[in-house]
Amino acid sequence: MFDKVVIANRGEIALRILRACRDLGIKTVAVHSAADRELKHVRLADESVCIGPAAPADSYLNIPAVIAAAEVVDAVAIHPGYGFLSENADFAERVERSGFVFVGPKAETLRLMGDKLSAIAAMQAAGVPCVPGSGRPLTDNNEDNAALARGIGYPVIIKASGGGGGRGMRVVHSEGALRNAIALTRREAATAFQNDSVYLEKFLEHPRHIEFQVLADHHGNVIHLGERDCSMQRRHQKIIEEAPAPGIDAATRQRMGMVCVEACKRIGYRGAGTFEFLYENGEFYFIEMNTRIQVEHPVTEMVTGIDLVKQQLLVAAGEPLAIRQEDVQFSGHAVECRINAEDPQTFRPSPGTISLYHPPGGPGVRIDSHIYAGYTVPPYYDSLIGKLICHAGTRDAALARTYNALTELVIEGIDTNAPLHMDLVTDAAFIQGGTDIHFLERRQAQS
Amino acid sequence: MDIRKVKTLIELLENSGVVELEIREGDSSIRINRGGGSTTVVTTAPPAAAPVSAAPAAPVQPEAAPTGTVLKSPMVGTYYSAPSPDSSPFVRLGQTVKEGDTLCIIEAMKIMNPIEAENAGTVVEILVENGHPVEFDQPLFVIA
Repeated sequence: MFDKVVIANRGEIALRILRACRDLGIKTVAVHSAADRELKHVRLADESVCIGPAAPADSYLNIPAVIAAAEVVDAVAIHPGYGFLSENADFAERVERSGFVFVGPKAETLRLMGDKLSAIAAMQAAGVPCVPGSGRPLTDNNEDNAALARGIGYPVIIKASGGGGGRGMRVVHSEGALRNAIALTRREAATAFQNDSVYLEKFLEHPRHIEFQVLADHHGNVIHLGERDCSMQRRHQKIIEEAPAPGIDAATRQRMGMVCVEACKRIGYRGAGTFEFLYENGEFYFIEMNTRIQVEHPVTEMVTGIDLVKQQLLVAAGEPLAIRQEDVQFSGHAVECRINAEDPQTFRPSPGTISLYHPPGGPGVRIDSHIYAGYTVPPYYDSLIGKLICHAGTRDAALARTYNALTELVIEGIDTNAPLHMDLVTDAAFIQGGTDIHFLERRQAQS
Repeated sequence: MDIRKVKTLIELLENSGVVELEIREGDSSIRINRGGGSTTVVTTAPPAAAPVSAAPAAPVQPEAAPTGTVLKSPMVGTYYSAPSPDSSPFVRLGQTVKEGDTLCIIEAMKIMNPIEAENAGTVVEILVENGHPVEFDQPLFVIA
Protein backbone atom coordinates (compact mmCIF):
# COMPACT_ATOMS: atom_id res chain seq x y z
CA MET A 1 0.00 0.00 0.00
CA PHE A 2 1.21 3.51 -0.72
CA ASP A 3 3.16 5.29 1.99
CA LYS A 4 2.01 8.78 1.04
CA VAL A 5 -0.59 10.15 -1.38
CA VAL A 6 -1.05 13.67 -2.73
CA ILE A 7 -4.72 14.69 -2.89
CA ALA A 8 -4.86 16.88 -6.00
CA ASN A 9 -8.29 18.34 -5.46
CA ARG A 10 -10.36 20.40 -3.04
CA GLY A 11 -13.67 20.59 -1.21
CA GLU A 12 -15.76 17.56 -0.38
CA ILE A 13 -13.99 15.05 -2.62
CA ALA A 14 -10.60 15.92 -1.17
CA LEU A 15 -11.99 15.18 2.27
CA ARG A 16 -13.47 11.94 0.97
CA ILE A 17 -10.09 10.87 -0.41
CA LEU A 18 -8.37 11.86 2.83
CA ARG A 19 -10.74 9.65 4.81
CA ALA A 20 -10.12 6.67 2.51
CA CYS A 21 -6.36 7.20 2.84
CA ARG A 22 -6.61 7.31 6.62
CA ASP A 23 -8.65 4.08 6.58
CA LEU A 24 -5.76 2.46 4.70
CA GLY A 25 -3.03 3.96 6.87
CA ILE A 26 -1.76 6.15 4.04
CA LYS A 27 -0.13 9.50 4.88
CA THR A 28 -1.99 12.38 3.29
CA VAL A 29 -0.71 15.51 1.56
CA ALA A 30 -3.20 18.27 0.75
CA VAL A 31 -2.13 20.48 -2.14
CA HIS A 32 -4.25 23.60 -2.23
CA SER A 33 -4.54 27.13 -3.58
CA ALA A 34 -3.85 30.21 -1.49
CA ALA A 35 -7.64 30.69 -1.20
CA ASP A 36 -8.11 27.21 0.27
CA ARG A 37 -5.83 27.24 3.31
CA GLU A 38 -8.83 26.80 5.60
CA LEU A 39 -10.32 23.81 3.80
CA LYS A 40 -11.23 21.07 6.23
CA HIS A 41 -9.07 18.41 4.59
CA VAL A 42 -6.10 20.81 4.49
CA ARG A 43 -6.36 21.18 8.25
CA LEU A 44 -6.66 17.43 8.76
CA ALA A 45 -3.97 16.29 6.31
CA ASP A 46 -0.59 15.12 7.56
CA GLU A 47 1.09 17.68 5.32
CA SER A 48 -0.12 20.51 3.15
CA VAL A 49 1.50 22.44 0.32
CA CYS A 50 0.20 25.67 -1.14
CA ILE A 51 0.67 25.32 -4.89
CA GLY A 52 -0.61 28.59 -6.31
CA PRO A 53 -3.04 31.49 -6.16
CA ALA A 54 -6.81 31.10 -6.14
CA ALA A 55 -7.35 30.81 -9.91
CA PRO A 56 -7.70 27.10 -10.83
CA ALA A 57 -5.47 27.52 -13.90
CA ASP A 58 -2.62 28.54 -11.61
CA SER A 59 -3.26 26.00 -8.88
CA TYR A 60 -5.47 22.91 -9.24
CA LEU A 61 -4.96 22.80 -13.01
CA ASN A 62 -1.27 23.70 -12.77
CA ILE A 63 0.42 20.41 -13.68
CA PRO A 64 4.02 21.42 -12.82
CA ALA A 65 2.92 22.81 -9.46
CA VAL A 66 1.06 19.63 -8.48
CA ILE A 67 3.92 17.39 -9.52
CA ALA A 68 6.52 19.64 -7.88
CA ALA A 69 4.54 19.42 -4.64
CA ALA A 70 4.53 15.62 -4.90
CA GLU A 71 8.31 15.76 -5.34
CA VAL A 72 9.02 17.98 -2.36
CA VAL A 73 6.94 15.83 0.00
CA ASP A 74 8.25 12.58 -1.46
CA ALA A 75 4.81 11.20 -2.19
CA VAL A 76 4.23 7.89 -3.94
CA ALA A 77 0.89 8.45 -5.65
CA ILE A 78 -1.45 11.26 -6.70
CA HIS A 79 -5.24 10.98 -6.46
CA PRO A 80 -6.88 13.49 -8.82
CA GLY A 81 -10.48 13.29 -7.50
CA TYR A 82 -13.06 14.44 -10.07
CA GLY A 83 -13.00 17.47 -12.36
CA PHE A 84 -9.72 19.45 -12.59
CA LEU A 85 -6.95 17.15 -13.89
CA SER A 86 -8.71 13.83 -13.20
CA GLU A 87 -9.37 13.06 -16.88
CA ASN A 88 -6.37 14.93 -18.30
CA ALA A 89 -4.25 12.42 -20.22
CA ASP A 90 -1.21 14.74 -20.29
CA PHE A 91 -1.33 15.03 -16.53
CA ALA A 92 -1.60 11.26 -16.04
CA GLU A 93 1.34 10.76 -18.38
CA ARG A 94 3.54 13.35 -16.68
CA VAL A 95 2.69 11.99 -13.25
CA GLU A 96 3.84 8.53 -14.29
CA ARG A 97 6.94 9.87 -16.07
CA SER A 98 7.88 11.74 -12.91
CA GLY A 99 7.84 8.46 -11.04
CA PHE A 100 4.49 8.68 -9.26
CA VAL A 101 1.41 6.49 -9.49
CA PHE A 102 -1.66 8.16 -11.00
CA VAL A 103 -4.74 6.83 -9.21
CA GLY A 104 -6.86 6.17 -12.25
CA PRO A 105 -6.75 4.59 -15.72
CA LYS A 106 -3.80 4.70 -18.09
CA ALA A 107 -3.17 7.94 -19.99
CA GLU A 108 -4.09 6.27 -23.29
CA THR A 109 -7.48 5.27 -21.86
CA LEU A 110 -8.08 8.85 -20.72
CA ARG A 111 -7.21 9.98 -24.23
CA LEU A 112 -9.55 7.44 -25.84
CA MET A 113 -12.52 8.28 -23.61
CA GLY A 114 -11.78 12.01 -23.40
CA ASP A 115 -12.56 12.46 -27.08
CA LYS A 116 -16.28 11.74 -27.09
CA LEU A 117 -16.25 10.61 -30.72
CA SER A 118 -13.42 8.10 -30.30
CA ALA A 119 -15.18 6.87 -27.14
CA ILE A 120 -18.37 6.25 -29.14
CA ALA A 121 -16.41 4.45 -31.87
CA ALA A 122 -14.68 2.27 -29.26
CA MET A 123 -18.00 1.44 -27.61
CA GLN A 124 -19.66 0.60 -30.92
CA ALA A 125 -16.79 -1.75 -31.70
CA ALA A 126 -17.35 -3.30 -28.25
CA GLY A 127 -21.03 -3.87 -29.02
CA VAL A 128 -22.31 -1.17 -26.66
CA PRO A 129 -25.47 0.47 -28.07
CA CYS A 130 -25.01 4.19 -28.82
CA VAL A 131 -27.26 7.12 -29.66
CA PRO A 132 -27.90 7.32 -33.42
CA GLY A 133 -25.62 10.04 -34.72
CA SER A 134 -23.10 11.26 -37.25
CA GLY A 135 -20.44 8.98 -35.68
CA ARG A 136 -17.80 11.37 -36.96
CA PRO A 137 -16.91 15.07 -36.72
CA LEU A 138 -18.98 17.43 -38.85
CA THR A 139 -17.28 19.08 -41.82
CA ASP A 140 -17.98 22.63 -42.99
CA ASN A 141 -20.14 21.27 -45.79
CA ASN A 142 -23.65 22.53 -45.00
CA GLU A 143 -25.47 20.23 -47.44
CA ASP A 144 -23.65 17.25 -45.96
CA ASN A 145 -24.59 18.27 -42.42
CA ALA A 146 -28.21 18.89 -43.37
CA ALA A 147 -28.41 15.46 -45.00
CA LEU A 148 -26.90 13.83 -41.90
CA ALA A 149 -29.40 15.60 -39.65
CA ARG A 150 -32.30 14.56 -41.89
CA GLY A 151 -31.08 10.96 -41.75
CA ILE A 152 -30.98 11.05 -37.95
CA GLY A 153 -34.30 12.89 -37.70
CA TYR A 154 -35.03 16.12 -35.85
CA PRO A 155 -34.62 17.17 -33.15
CA VAL A 156 -30.86 16.70 -33.16
CA ILE A 157 -28.20 17.81 -30.69
CA ILE A 158 -24.79 19.22 -31.65
CA LYS A 159 -22.07 18.15 -29.24
CA ALA A 160 -18.43 19.16 -28.85
CA SER A 161 -16.04 16.21 -29.26
CA GLY A 162 -13.76 17.64 -26.60
CA GLY A 163 -16.60 18.43 -24.23
CA GLY A 164 -18.57 16.30 -21.85
CA GLY A 165 -20.12 16.75 -18.42
CA GLY A 166 -23.04 18.56 -20.02
CA ARG A 167 -20.98 21.34 -21.59
CA GLY A 168 -20.69 22.32 -25.28
CA MET A 169 -24.14 21.22 -26.49
CA ARG A 170 -26.95 22.74 -28.53
CA VAL A 171 -30.32 21.34 -29.57
CA VAL A 172 -31.69 22.00 -33.07
CA HIS A 173 -35.35 21.42 -33.92
CA SER A 174 -35.42 22.22 -37.62
CA GLU A 175 -33.15 22.42 -40.63
CA GLY A 176 -33.36 26.20 -40.81
CA ALA A 177 -31.54 26.59 -37.51
CA LEU A 178 -28.88 23.95 -38.15
CA ARG A 179 -26.17 25.95 -39.90
CA ASN A 180 -25.96 28.75 -37.34
CA ALA A 181 -26.24 26.36 -34.41
CA ILE A 182 -23.24 24.39 -35.68
CA ALA A 183 -21.18 27.56 -36.13
CA LEU A 184 -22.07 28.79 -32.64
CA THR A 185 -21.31 25.45 -30.97
CA ARG A 186 -17.98 25.29 -32.80
CA ARG A 187 -17.00 28.74 -31.52
CA GLU A 188 -17.95 27.86 -27.96
CA ALA A 189 -16.08 24.56 -28.16
CA ALA A 190 -12.95 26.27 -29.49
CA THR A 191 -12.96 28.61 -26.51
CA ALA A 192 -13.92 26.12 -23.81
CA PHE A 193 -12.02 23.03 -24.97
CA GLN A 194 -9.44 24.37 -27.46
CA ASN A 195 -11.04 21.97 -29.94
CA ASP A 196 -13.80 23.05 -32.30
CA SER A 197 -14.69 19.54 -33.46
CA VAL A 198 -18.44 18.86 -33.18
CA TYR A 199 -20.73 15.93 -34.01
CA LEU A 200 -24.46 15.26 -34.27
CA GLU A 201 -26.68 12.95 -32.27
CA LYS A 202 -30.38 12.28 -32.13
CA PHE A 203 -31.89 14.37 -29.36
CA LEU A 204 -34.00 12.08 -27.21
CA GLU A 205 -37.01 13.96 -25.87
CA HIS A 206 -37.88 11.97 -22.74
CA PRO A 207 -34.80 10.03 -21.76
CA ARG A 208 -33.65 9.12 -18.28
CA HIS A 209 -29.96 9.29 -17.38
CA ILE A 210 -28.88 5.86 -16.15
CA GLU A 211 -25.20 5.10 -15.57
CA PHE A 212 -23.28 1.97 -14.58
CA GLN A 213 -20.37 1.85 -12.13
CA VAL A 214 -17.41 -0.38 -12.93
CA LEU A 215 -14.24 -1.26 -11.04
CA ALA A 216 -11.20 -2.85 -12.66
CA ASP A 217 -7.83 -3.86 -11.24
CA HIS A 218 -4.46 -4.00 -13.01
CA HIS A 219 -4.76 -7.76 -13.50
CA GLY A 220 -7.71 -7.87 -15.90
CA ASN A 221 -10.43 -8.38 -13.30
CA VAL A 222 -13.49 -6.18 -13.82
CA ILE A 223 -16.78 -5.99 -11.93
CA HIS A 224 -19.83 -3.78 -12.17
CA LEU A 225 -21.59 -2.32 -9.15
CA GLY A 226 -24.97 -1.65 -10.67
CA GLU A 227 -26.56 1.49 -11.91
CA ARG A 228 -27.50 4.97 -10.75
CA ASP A 229 -30.36 7.15 -12.01
CA CYS A 230 -29.23 10.77 -12.35
CA SER A 231 -32.20 12.16 -14.28
CA MET A 232 -32.91 15.06 -11.93
CA GLN A 233 -30.78 17.70 -13.70
CA ARG A 234 -30.68 21.39 -14.35
CA ARG A 235 -28.81 22.54 -17.47
CA HIS A 236 -27.16 19.14 -17.77
CA GLN A 237 -25.87 19.35 -14.18
CA LYS A 238 -27.06 16.57 -11.86
CA ILE A 239 -28.90 17.64 -8.73
CA ILE A 240 -30.28 14.42 -7.28
CA GLU A 241 -28.97 10.92 -7.90
CA GLU A 242 -30.24 7.54 -6.72
CA ALA A 243 -29.47 3.84 -6.73
CA PRO A 244 -30.92 1.59 -7.93
CA ALA A 245 -32.74 3.14 -10.91
CA PRO A 246 -36.51 2.82 -10.53
CA GLY A 247 -37.97 0.25 -12.90
CA ILE A 248 -34.70 -1.51 -13.78
CA ASP A 249 -34.99 -5.18 -12.90
CA ALA A 250 -32.15 -7.47 -11.83
CA ALA A 251 -31.92 -9.16 -15.24
CA THR A 252 -31.51 -5.84 -17.07
CA ARG A 253 -28.98 -4.71 -14.46
CA GLN A 254 -26.93 -7.82 -14.97
CA ARG A 255 -27.16 -7.67 -18.77
CA MET A 256 -26.10 -4.01 -19.07
CA GLY A 257 -23.56 -4.39 -16.28
CA MET A 258 -21.86 -7.20 -18.18
CA VAL A 259 -21.91 -5.15 -21.42
CA CYS A 260 -19.91 -2.50 -19.54
CA VAL A 261 -17.58 -5.08 -17.97
CA GLU A 262 -16.80 -6.57 -21.40
CA ALA A 263 -16.16 -3.11 -22.84
CA CYS A 264 -13.72 -2.42 -19.97
CA LYS A 265 -11.84 -5.64 -20.65
CA ARG A 266 -11.60 -4.75 -24.33
CA ILE A 267 -10.03 -1.35 -23.68
CA GLY A 268 -7.83 -2.50 -20.78
CA TYR A 269 -9.59 -0.26 -18.30
CA ARG A 270 -8.10 0.22 -14.83
CA GLY A 271 -9.66 1.80 -11.75
CA ALA A 272 -13.13 3.13 -11.12
CA GLY A 273 -15.26 4.28 -14.05
CA THR A 274 -18.82 5.03 -15.11
CA PHE A 275 -20.65 4.30 -18.34
CA GLU A 276 -23.35 6.92 -18.94
CA PHE A 277 -26.46 6.03 -20.91
CA LEU A 278 -29.66 7.68 -21.97
CA TYR A 279 -32.57 5.32 -21.39
CA GLU A 280 -35.79 5.69 -23.36
CA ASN A 281 -38.58 3.22 -24.16
CA GLY A 282 -36.64 0.39 -22.61
CA GLU A 283 -33.50 1.01 -24.70
CA PHE A 284 -30.06 2.08 -23.46
CA TYR A 285 -27.93 4.47 -25.55
CA PHE A 286 -24.27 5.12 -24.60
CA ILE A 287 -23.34 8.80 -24.44
CA GLU A 288 -20.00 8.94 -22.64
CA MET A 289 -17.69 7.27 -20.15
CA ASN A 290 -16.32 9.02 -17.07
CA THR A 291 -12.86 7.70 -16.32
CA ARG A 292 -12.71 8.81 -12.69
CA ILE A 293 -14.59 8.66 -9.41
CA GLN A 294 -17.88 10.53 -9.69
CA VAL A 295 -19.63 12.99 -7.42
CA GLU A 296 -22.54 10.58 -6.93
CA HIS A 297 -20.46 7.53 -6.01
CA PRO A 298 -21.89 7.43 -2.44
CA VAL A 299 -25.29 6.10 -3.54
CA THR A 300 -23.57 3.03 -4.99
CA GLU A 301 -21.53 2.69 -1.80
CA MET A 302 -24.69 2.76 0.32
CA VAL A 303 -26.53 0.03 -1.61
CA THR A 304 -23.49 -2.25 -2.09
CA GLY A 305 -21.51 -1.60 1.08
CA ILE A 306 -18.35 -1.21 -1.03
CA ASP A 307 -15.98 1.75 -0.45
CA LEU A 308 -15.19 2.92 -3.98
CA VAL A 309 -12.43 5.38 -3.12
CA LYS A 310 -10.61 2.78 -1.02
CA GLN A 311 -10.96 0.38 -3.94
CA GLN A 312 -9.40 2.99 -6.24
CA LEU A 313 -6.38 3.21 -3.96
CA LEU A 314 -6.12 -0.56 -3.59
CA VAL A 315 -6.21 -1.26 -7.33
CA ALA A 316 -3.80 1.60 -8.04
CA ALA A 317 -1.40 0.01 -5.54
CA GLY A 318 -1.53 -3.16 -7.62
CA GLU A 319 -3.85 -5.20 -5.41
CA PRO A 320 -6.05 -7.69 -7.28
CA LEU A 321 -9.76 -7.06 -6.77
CA ALA A 322 -10.90 -8.89 -3.65
CA ILE A 323 -14.53 -8.60 -4.76
CA ARG A 324 -15.95 -10.98 -7.35
CA GLN A 325 -19.09 -10.16 -9.33
CA GLU A 326 -21.09 -12.69 -7.33
CA ASP A 327 -20.02 -10.92 -4.11
CA VAL A 328 -21.74 -7.71 -5.21
CA GLN A 329 -25.14 -7.55 -3.50
CA PHE A 330 -27.62 -4.71 -3.65
CA SER A 331 -29.63 -3.74 -0.61
CA GLY A 332 -32.23 -1.03 -0.20
CA HIS A 333 -32.32 2.35 -1.91
CA ALA A 334 -30.11 5.42 -1.63
CA VAL A 335 -30.78 9.04 -2.64
CA GLU A 336 -28.17 11.80 -2.87
CA CYS A 337 -28.91 15.53 -2.85
CA ARG A 338 -26.14 17.85 -4.06
CA ILE A 339 -26.12 20.82 -1.68
CA ASN A 340 -24.89 23.89 -3.55
CA ALA A 341 -24.09 27.35 -2.23
CA GLU A 342 -26.60 29.09 -4.48
CA ASP A 343 -29.88 30.96 -4.41
CA PRO A 344 -32.62 28.30 -4.54
CA GLN A 345 -34.69 30.32 -7.04
CA THR A 346 -32.22 32.17 -9.25
CA PHE A 347 -29.40 29.59 -8.87
CA ARG A 348 -26.94 32.45 -8.51
CA PRO A 349 -23.81 31.29 -6.63
CA SER A 350 -23.75 32.36 -2.99
CA PRO A 351 -20.20 32.38 -1.64
CA GLY A 352 -19.61 33.72 1.87
CA THR A 353 -19.03 32.73 5.47
CA ILE A 354 -21.10 29.99 7.04
CA SER A 355 -22.17 31.37 10.39
CA LEU A 356 -24.01 28.29 11.60
CA TYR A 357 -23.79 24.71 10.40
CA HIS A 358 -25.63 21.75 11.82
CA PRO A 359 -25.64 18.53 9.79
CA PRO A 360 -28.41 15.94 10.12
CA GLY A 361 -27.73 12.46 11.46
CA GLY A 362 -29.24 9.19 12.47
CA PRO A 363 -29.54 5.77 10.84
CA GLY A 364 -29.10 5.76 7.08
CA VAL A 365 -28.05 9.41 6.93
CA ARG A 366 -24.65 10.30 5.49
CA ILE A 367 -23.17 13.75 4.88
CA ASP A 368 -20.12 14.13 2.64
CA SER A 369 -19.14 17.75 3.20
CA HIS A 370 -16.12 19.86 4.00
CA ILE A 371 -17.97 22.80 5.48
CA TYR A 372 -17.96 23.86 9.11
CA ALA A 373 -19.24 26.83 11.11
CA GLY A 374 -16.94 29.76 10.34
CA TYR A 375 -15.79 28.36 6.98
CA THR A 376 -15.84 30.83 4.11
CA VAL A 377 -17.03 29.41 0.78
CA PRO A 378 -14.71 31.01 -1.79
CA PRO A 379 -16.06 32.45 -5.05
CA TYR A 380 -13.42 30.86 -7.28
CA TYR A 381 -14.69 27.29 -7.54
CA ASP A 382 -17.91 25.39 -8.12
CA SER A 383 -20.74 25.78 -5.66
CA LEU A 384 -20.96 22.20 -4.35
CA ILE A 385 -20.58 22.39 -0.57
CA GLY A 386 -21.86 18.99 0.41
CA LYS A 387 -23.84 15.89 -0.41
CA LEU A 388 -26.65 14.48 1.69
CA ILE A 389 -27.05 10.76 1.10
CA CYS A 390 -29.90 8.82 2.70
CA HIS A 391 -30.35 5.07 2.58
CA ALA A 392 -33.35 2.99 3.60
CA GLY A 393 -35.03 -0.31 2.79
CA THR A 394 -37.28 1.11 0.07
CA ARG A 395 -37.27 4.12 -2.27
CA ASP A 396 -40.24 5.70 -0.49
CA ALA A 397 -38.50 5.34 2.86
CA ALA A 398 -35.26 6.78 1.44
CA LEU A 399 -37.10 9.82 0.05
CA ALA A 400 -38.92 10.35 3.36
CA ARG A 401 -35.65 10.01 5.25
CA THR A 402 -34.09 12.57 2.88
CA TYR A 403 -36.88 15.03 3.59
CA ASN A 404 -36.51 14.58 7.35
CA ALA A 405 -32.75 14.99 7.14
CA LEU A 406 -33.18 18.19 5.11
CA THR A 407 -35.41 19.61 7.85
CA GLU A 408 -32.59 18.97 10.34
CA LEU A 409 -29.92 20.55 8.11
CA VAL A 410 -28.94 24.07 9.17
CA ILE A 411 -26.65 26.20 7.00
CA GLU A 412 -26.74 29.91 7.78
CA GLY A 413 -24.77 32.80 6.33
CA ILE A 414 -25.08 31.67 2.72
CA ASP A 415 -27.94 30.56 0.48
CA THR A 416 -28.25 26.91 -0.43
CA ASN A 417 -30.49 24.81 -2.63
CA ALA A 418 -31.73 22.79 0.37
CA PRO A 419 -35.26 24.23 -0.06
CA LEU A 420 -35.28 23.07 -3.68
CA HIS A 421 -34.34 19.56 -2.57
CA MET A 422 -37.16 19.54 -0.02
CA ASP A 423 -39.58 20.43 -2.83
CA LEU A 424 -38.22 17.78 -5.16
CA VAL A 425 -38.17 14.81 -2.78
CA THR A 426 -41.83 15.49 -1.96
CA ASP A 427 -42.86 16.04 -5.59
CA ALA A 428 -45.57 13.57 -6.60
CA ALA A 429 -44.07 12.83 -10.02
CA PHE A 430 -40.59 12.30 -8.62
CA ILE A 431 -41.95 10.06 -5.87
CA GLN A 432 -43.66 7.97 -8.51
CA GLY A 433 -40.24 7.47 -10.11
CA GLY A 434 -38.88 7.45 -13.65
CA THR A 435 -38.91 11.21 -14.29
CA ASP A 436 -36.76 12.15 -17.29
CA ILE A 437 -33.84 14.57 -17.66
CA HIS A 438 -36.12 17.44 -18.75
CA PHE A 439 -38.46 17.10 -15.80
CA LEU A 440 -36.89 19.82 -13.65
CA GLU A 441 -36.80 22.37 -16.48
CA ARG A 442 -40.44 21.76 -17.32
CA ARG A 443 -41.39 22.00 -13.65
CA GLN A 444 -39.56 25.32 -13.24
CA ALA A 445 -41.09 26.71 -16.43
CA GLN A 446 -44.53 26.03 -14.98
CA SER A 447 -43.93 27.92 -11.72
CA MET B 1 0.54 41.56 29.51
CA ASP B 2 -0.30 43.52 26.37
CA ILE B 3 -3.44 41.85 24.93
CA ARG B 4 -2.19 42.22 21.35
CA LYS B 5 0.97 40.42 22.31
CA VAL B 6 -1.04 37.61 23.88
CA LYS B 7 -3.19 37.34 20.73
CA THR B 8 -0.10 37.20 18.49
CA LEU B 9 1.44 34.54 20.71
CA ILE B 10 -1.73 32.44 20.48
CA GLU B 11 -1.73 32.77 16.69
CA LEU B 12 1.96 31.85 16.52
CA LEU B 13 1.24 28.78 18.61
CA GLU B 14 -1.67 27.73 16.47
CA ASN B 15 0.38 27.98 13.29
CA SER B 16 3.37 26.08 14.64
CA GLY B 17 4.09 22.69 16.12
CA VAL B 18 4.67 24.18 19.58
CA VAL B 19 2.26 22.80 22.19
CA GLU B 20 3.02 24.88 25.27
CA LEU B 21 4.67 28.23 25.70
CA GLU B 22 5.58 29.94 28.96
CA ILE B 23 7.07 33.40 29.30
CA ARG B 24 8.27 34.93 32.49
CA GLU B 25 9.57 38.34 33.29
CA GLY B 26 10.04 39.40 36.78
CA ASP B 27 6.98 38.33 38.73
CA SER B 28 4.62 38.19 35.76
CA SER B 29 4.21 35.21 33.54
CA ILE B 30 1.96 33.84 30.88
CA ARG B 31 1.51 30.23 29.95
CA ILE B 32 -0.31 29.19 26.76
CA ASN B 33 -1.22 25.57 26.25
CA ARG B 34 -2.59 24.16 23.03
CA GLY B 35 -3.76 20.79 24.24
CA GLY B 36 -6.77 18.92 22.86
CA GLY B 37 -7.46 21.33 20.04
CA SER B 38 -8.21 24.30 22.27
CA THR B 39 -5.92 26.97 23.58
CA THR B 40 -5.86 27.87 27.25
CA VAL B 41 -4.13 30.96 28.52
CA VAL B 42 -2.99 31.39 32.09
CA THR B 43 -1.67 34.72 33.18
CA THR B 44 -0.43 35.45 36.67
CA ALA B 45 0.63 39.03 36.98
CA PRO B 46 0.61 42.63 35.77
CA PRO B 47 1.60 43.30 32.16
CA ALA B 48 5.24 43.27 31.18
CA ALA B 49 6.89 42.97 27.80
CA ALA B 50 8.95 39.80 27.57
CA PRO B 51 11.05 38.01 24.96
CA VAL B 52 9.54 34.78 23.71
CA SER B 53 11.27 31.61 24.82
CA ALA B 54 9.87 28.19 24.16
CA ALA B 55 10.68 24.50 24.08
CA PRO B 56 9.82 24.09 20.44
CA ALA B 57 8.83 21.01 18.50
CA ALA B 58 9.32 23.25 15.46
CA PRO B 59 11.03 26.60 15.03
CA VAL B 60 8.94 29.62 16.08
CA GLN B 61 9.10 32.65 13.76
CA PRO B 62 10.17 35.92 15.40
CA GLU B 63 7.18 38.09 16.25
CA ALA B 64 8.54 41.43 14.96
CA ALA B 65 6.99 42.51 11.65
CA PRO B 66 9.71 42.63 8.98
CA THR B 67 10.59 46.16 7.98
CA GLY B 68 11.15 45.88 4.28
CA THR B 69 9.63 44.04 1.38
CA VAL B 70 8.93 40.35 1.76
CA LEU B 71 9.73 38.30 -1.32
CA LYS B 72 7.36 35.34 -1.46
CA SER B 73 7.90 32.19 -3.44
CA PRO B 74 6.07 32.22 -6.81
CA MET B 75 6.06 28.44 -6.98
CA VAL B 76 6.37 25.10 -5.19
CA GLY B 77 9.73 23.41 -5.15
CA THR B 78 13.03 22.98 -3.37
CA TYR B 79 14.98 26.10 -2.35
CA TYR B 80 18.68 26.30 -3.13
CA SER B 81 20.74 29.23 -1.92
CA ALA B 82 23.62 28.70 -4.35
CA PRO B 83 23.93 27.87 -8.07
CA SER B 84 25.55 24.53 -7.24
CA PRO B 85 26.41 22.53 -4.10
CA ASP B 86 30.02 23.81 -3.98
CA SER B 87 29.45 27.44 -5.02
CA SER B 88 28.98 30.31 -2.65
CA PRO B 89 25.41 31.44 -2.11
CA PHE B 90 23.79 33.98 -4.43
CA VAL B 91 23.27 36.41 -1.54
CA ARG B 92 24.26 36.78 2.09
CA LEU B 93 22.66 38.66 4.95
CA GLY B 94 23.42 42.34 4.70
CA GLN B 95 24.25 42.18 1.01
CA THR B 96 22.96 44.93 -1.26
CA VAL B 97 20.93 43.76 -4.26
CA LYS B 98 19.45 45.45 -7.34
CA GLU B 99 16.07 44.70 -8.85
CA GLY B 100 16.47 41.66 -11.07
CA ASP B 101 19.44 40.15 -9.21
CA THR B 102 19.16 36.39 -8.74
CA LEU B 103 18.60 35.62 -5.07
CA CYS B 104 18.11 31.85 -5.16
CA ILE B 105 16.98 28.88 -7.21
CA ILE B 106 13.75 26.94 -6.75
CA GLU B 107 13.89 23.53 -8.32
CA ALA B 108 10.77 21.76 -9.50
CA MET B 109 10.48 18.74 -11.78
CA LYS B 110 14.25 18.78 -12.39
CA ILE B 111 14.13 22.37 -13.68
CA MET B 112 16.11 25.08 -11.86
CA ASN B 113 14.15 28.32 -11.70
CA PRO B 114 16.12 31.44 -10.74
CA ILE B 115 14.20 33.76 -8.45
CA GLU B 116 14.94 37.44 -8.90
CA ALA B 117 14.74 40.41 -6.53
CA GLU B 118 11.64 42.52 -7.09
CA ASN B 119 13.16 45.61 -5.49
CA ALA B 120 16.59 47.03 -4.74
CA GLY B 121 17.86 47.09 -1.16
CA THR B 122 19.65 45.17 1.53
CA VAL B 123 18.92 41.55 2.36
CA VAL B 124 17.90 41.84 6.01
CA GLU B 125 16.41 38.37 6.42
CA ILE B 126 16.75 34.98 4.76
CA LEU B 127 13.76 32.92 5.86
CA VAL B 128 14.48 29.50 4.36
CA GLU B 129 17.26 26.99 4.60
CA ASN B 130 19.18 25.52 1.69
CA GLY B 131 17.62 22.33 0.37
CA HIS B 132 14.28 22.84 2.11
CA PRO B 133 10.92 22.60 0.33
CA VAL B 134 8.94 25.78 -0.20
CA GLU B 135 5.33 26.28 -1.13
CA PHE B 136 3.59 28.99 -3.16
CA ASP B 137 3.53 32.36 -1.35
CA GLN B 138 6.00 31.22 1.30
CA PRO B 139 8.13 34.19 2.48
CA LEU B 140 11.74 33.76 1.33
CA PHE B 141 13.60 37.04 1.84
CA VAL B 142 13.10 40.43 3.40
CA ILE B 143 14.75 43.22 1.44
CA ALA B 144 14.80 46.65 2.99
